[in-house]
Amino acid sequence: MKSLKTMLNVALPKGRLGEKVYAMFEKAGFPCPSIKENSRKLIFENAEKGVRYFWVKPSDVAIYVERGAADIGVAGKDILLEYEPDVYELFDLDIGKCRMAVAAQKTFRDDPQKTLRVATKFTNIAKGYYAAMGRDIDMIHLNGSIEIAPILGLSDVIVDIVETGTTLKENNLEVIETIVPISARLIANKSGFKFKSALIEEIVSSLAKQTEEAK
Amino acid sequence: MDINNAVLKHEEKAVFALRSLYQTYGYSQYKMSKFEEYDLYVRNKNFLVSDNIITFTDTDGKLMALKPDVTLSIIKNSKDVPGCVEKVYYNENVYRVSKGTHSYKEIMQTGLECIGDIDNYSIYEVLMLAAESLALVSSEYVLDVSHLDIVAEVMESVGVSDEAKREILKCIGEKNLHGISAICEGEGKDGEKLRRLVSTYGAPKQVLPVLRELVGESAALMQLEQILDALTASGMGDKIQIDFSVINDMNYYNGFVFKGFINGLASGVLSGGQYDNLMSKMGRKSRAIGFALYLDLLEQLEQNDREYDVDAVILYEDGCDLAALNGAVRLLTANGKSVMAQKSVPEKLHYKQLLKLQDRGVEIIENNA
Repeated sequence: MKSLKTMLNVALPKGRLGEKVYAMFEKAGFPCPSIKENSRKLIFENAEKGVRYFWVKPSDVAIYVERGAADIGVAGKDILLEYEPDVYELFDLDIGKCRMAVAAQKTFRDDPQKTLRVATKFTNIAKGYYAAMGRDIDMIHLNGSIEIAPILGLSDVIVDIVETGTTLKENNLEVIETIVPISARLIANKSGFKFKSALIEEIVSSLAKQTEEAK
Repeated sequence: MDINNAVLKHEEKAVFALRSLYQTYGYSQYKMSKFEEYDLYVRNKNFLVSDNIITFTDTDGKLMALKPDVTLSIIKNSKDVPGCVEKVYYNENVYRVSKGTHSYKEIMQTGLECIGDIDNYSIYEVLMLAAESLALVSSEYVLDVSHLDIVAEVMESVGVSDEAKREILKCIGEKNLHGISAICEGEGKDGEKLRRLVSTYGAPKQVLPVLRELVGESAALMQLEQILDALTASGMGDKIQIDFSVINDMNYYNGFVFKGFINGLASGVLSGGQYDNLMSKMGRKSRAIGFALYLDLLEQLEQNDREYDVDAVILYEDGCDLAALNGAVRLLTANGKSVMAQKSVPEKLHYKQLLKLQDRGVEIIENNA
């Protein structure tokens, strides 16, 4: 295996989004056919092109890139806002689009005199959002099934990712405020970028062309 | 005292080499106490990298802090002498919260500060020493240099609000072109100039002509050109890059800011800049520039991992002849070998050779090398 220093290491988010992103990289001239074989392998290499891909949990991509295990990677803006990794955010891929939103039960009426109970997986984003408004909140950090929190009376509202809104609707919830639109971003390790900039620039410009064509 | 280079770690070698480099240019070592009054930090909280500080109450009731930063202490103890520049370097431990673990960490830092009548030569010298410092650590380094006044000028010419400026500055630090576009569009301004500024990075030779076109007549750009020319003349042209994504808080920093990277290390190992604004906030007339190197990061550099813990293990038994054992050990160490005398082989120890002290002499039991 070539060392970390010579190959361009790319962290891709496991799942549908990652597959879409890989297709874009392939089109950009960095294919790695073995990636499509159905196997449990997590690392794929194209020595000739000098690129190595690996699948990681989507929320971990930013960590791999910030710590230099990957030179570049693709992560949702939600993850970047939540963890604030010290990385370059080179390009908005304009895919994996959704929004970070505040949702509540349809019957919910906000009483500004009361502390607002907020359930979320994204505590940093929620904290920043309400701090900017000067609103006093009680943060409830959950790891999943956020939607049931207001139904069970655990929280007044939730802060979560909304893609189509179907899950919300099924749970009798509705969006009351959009915090920020989300999409997939190409991120780069700051140090890695210095030493592999030509290759990274080539990828960025090809991704930009593909995104433009898709519009 | 002779020191076997092979036993020194990267960071230890760097400490010695850097000390001699800084002394060559007339910098004197600044030694300080581990503690400082908390008040100093609380008044300049935003200057610090992390705002968590370890505090304790001294015997006289004063609230003290374990140094989270060295620069503030040096400024506090320096004097304004017109026409003079105080040049000091330091090698100190600072205490900061590490981002990932949210717990305090001791970080070994070395760096230098120039305080006083800072002119272009002082700036050149500090940048040159920053580059030399990186070169001492690894030949594969890059020193990113930015000039905050140029960034401020371009931001001013685009005409965005102060609120947006803060956001834009963050985007510049991330090379986030789409973010800049979104903020400028939100204010009904054209962000093209800012996007070009961020996209303009690389070797001075290529970047400076583009900048001249982009910024036009500018004292800051002229200064940048002068100093980069001097650095190029010193043979550092190919290691120095102009990159405006090096951003520091403009409330404290101004003019030149820079960051050093080493191939194989995930984050910047050197960070520095001019901090005239901090000086004036602290009621000082002098100007200042300096940098710090994070030596603790060097541990991560690829070094040939030691294959063996020791060259030889000598086994002996209780009641053996002390002189014979000592003689056997000394014979090996005199040949430059490392030796460990033990009664039994420690678990997981990697050794080249296993020897045993017998009545008739030393017997080789195992050879791994």
